[in-house]
Amino acid sequence: MTRKKASKKKGKTSSPSRSKSKKAKKSATKKATKKSAAKKTTSRKKTTTSKQPPKKKLGSLELDKETLLGMHDLMVKSRKLEERMIQIYKRGDAYFWIGAPGEEAFGVALGMQIQKGQGPEYDYSHLHYRCTPTLIAMGMEMEPAIRLIMNKATDPCTGGRNFSNHYCFPEWNIVPVTSPIEVQYSAAIGTAIAQRRRGNKGISIVSGGDAGTAEGDFASSLIWSSRPGFELPMYITVQNNRWGISTDYGSQHGEKYIADRGRAFGMRTGYYNGNDPIETYLAIQDDMYYIRRNGLPVLAEFEVSRLYGHSSASGANPTGDVCCIELFEDKLLRHGILTKELIKERHDQYQEEARSVAEKVRTEADPQADTIWDNVWVDNENADWRKF
Amino acid sequence: MANMAQAIRMALHVGETQLGVTDIFGQDVGMPLGGVFTATQGLENTWNAPLDERGIVGAAIGLGLAGDRAVAEIQFCDYIFNTIDLLKMAGNTYWATNGNYNLPITLMTPVGAGIRGSIYHSHSFDAWASRLPGWKVVMPSNALDAYGLLISAIKDPNPVMFLKPKALLRVRGEELIPGEPESEKELKAMIDAPIGDRSNWKAKWPNTEIYEVPIGQGKVTREGTDATIVTYGRHVLMANTVADRMRDQGRSIEVIDLRSIYPYDWSLIKSSISKTGRVLFLNEDTEVTNFAEHLVYRCTQELFYELMARPRVLAGKNLPGIGLHANLEENSVPQERDIERELSELLEEVP
Ligand SMILES: Cc1ncc(C[n+]2csc(CCOP(=O)(O)OP(=O)(O)O)c2C)c(N)n1
Ligand SMILES: [Mg+2]
Repeated sequence: MTRKKASKKKGKTSSPSRSKSKKAKKSATKKATKKSAAKKTTSRKKTTTSKQPPKKKLGSLELDKETLLGMHDLMVKSRKLEERMIQIYKRGDAYFWIGAPGEEAFGVALGMQIQKGQGPEYDYSHLHYRCTPTLIAMGMEMEPAIRLIMNKATDPCTGGRNFSNHYCFPEWNIVPVTSPIEVQYSAAIGTAIAQRRRGNKGISIVSGGDAGTAEGDFASSLIWSSRPGFELPMYITVQNNRWGISTDYGSQHGEKYIADRGRAFGMRTGYYNGNDPIETYLAIQDDMYYIRRNGLPVLAEFEVSRLYGHSSASGANPTGDVCCIELFEDKLLRHGILTKELIKERHDQYQEEARSVAEKVRTEADPQADTIWDNVWVDNENADWRKF
Repeated sequence: MANMAQAIRMALHVGETQLGVTDIFGQDVGMPLGGVFTATQGLENTWNAPLDERGIVGAAIGLGLAGDRAVAEIQFCDYIFNTIDLLKMAGNTYWATNGNYNLPITLMTPVGAGIRGSIYHSHSFDAWASRLPGWKVVMPSNALDAYGLLISAIKDPNPVMFLKPKALLRVRGEELIPGEPESEKELKAMIDAPIGDRSNWKAKWPNTEIYEVPIGQGKVTREGTDATIVTYGRHVLMANTVADRMRDQGRSIEVIDLRSIYPYDWSLIKSSISKTGRVLFLNEDTEVTNFAEHLVYRCTQELFYELMARPRVLAGKNLPGIGLHANLEENSVPQERDIERELSELLEEVP
């Protein structure tokens, strides 16, 4: 059996509301091919793009210093928050932890580029339970995450009802993270239809793990987003950590690259080193630009690490996987963008912030038992049959 | 008088022209067919979905998250089962997010036996649906209620499941929908798609009013004093027929058309049972862990000392399917003769 890497294909038809001339598309592809040939940030990278927005370059780092430093800052912030959340769990202040250490390069690069706001003009994010870095990059502070994991009455996402990392922020179109694997790939179809109808630049972004792509919802997202004449502005992403709890990718998947599954649909696809924030940032930038411009879907797969195992259910202990933050820091040190002092300062600062936020949140009120009937239906309409 | 399929169409037309319905979709829902029961013919916002029930429910959820008003259809409830977790998710979205996101969506699906639909076109879904907290669940028994319940479902900010009793979709109502032309022929000419080429056909919609049947409100379809039948969907018609027949024999049977399965009209049920002291809960979903069992439970808790006889459930037999042959189907789901038998026993029981 011969296998090819993820395809370079771009979508074949554009939706009427976002259509672009064939000529423009052709020239865009040409330019992109040139650029990616010049890049070589990893051996496995594969992508083609429509015309890219201009970007500044710094040596071979391809992003400006401010972006690089900003990205590092957010990655560290997210990591320190997650590590604190693991401690919160281990100290018995939370029932369960699941989260994102190891996915900061991807999550932050994504969150920095999401057009945030409420309603179909902005991006919708259908995320899974490893999305703290994305939220941090979008501007979430530490409090909501800690309130959520501690199930406090002050938890703005679920009111103490759900697990850590199950965020929900309507003001940023962060639709509810929910535990059933892969359902977000089906729901994203709907927000993308709403956006397609309006013909503006909002896109629907969906994220999830590798194992979950075996579910039918993943196939649904490919089928529905690529219907001829009804293509959807969907950014279908997969974070491949090569594990589904304890089951390794190789034992269940014959496809070398999940991204290849998009090829059958004439969809633009890509496979990236999701441990490299620069490669990831640029890939997302290209992809988002392409989707917004053409109204066509993209399937992108990012190789990521799982630094503390699946969740607290598997102990939440370090796995020894490649750490994207360490790699990034090495690179930035080598290029003189970061100093060891600044790195330490940031780590200390966010560690302390996470500690003090956790202490504060710990003292906050717990949800009242009688709130269970709240918000079953809109306007707190009585949902208790004993009172019908 | 409109039949139920026409009534649904007219409600959807009102939905898309006056109530903000953006999408009406499902398998074969768009033109040229307009639904396997023709309930979506001639509408503006209909479209055909891939043959993917999970995608259909997922898309409806996403549209709801975006604040659009979608009416999605699962072609037969027999094929809804692979979406159960998505239905659970739709039902819990508002609650799980503590009020952050509501889903103003309607999901329609034809249910029940009565058309010789064999194993996979005869399922019921009312008992299943009653186990999906966060949803409201309705089922009409006539064209006017179908119209009014669907309008209420569309307006409701919560997910509402609109169960269509498929055996009644061609049954004409006895009451006019406000604004509906009096002549059946005239209505047909206006809104039924012609046989053959439909590419240039456009429906001419009558100016029907926004008429709502409030969700949670049942209706007494036969007044009586000796016993109560609580039912919904096509079994309302059977119960009415039996009640009329028994009236000739000097028995006075009250029939309640629940119309909403959840939330249900307990005060109507309660006041009727308080009057008659005898009750039969009737539906065609399978009998074990049937929704009616919950009603019986409540009945025994709240009305125990007012009961003159053990409350009964008459429902579909607990079989893996409904066989195609008439003898098999009729022995699987309640028929008029079964209702009569149960009622006789109920009436004769001495406390
Ligand atoms: C539908 C469903 N089945 C099973 C589970 C239990 N479960 C939780 S996470 C998980 C593995 C998911 O692996 P993957 O999709 O690769 O994501 P990862 O956790 O590796 O990021 C499983 C089986 C679930 N939550 N939902
Ligand atoms: Mg995985």
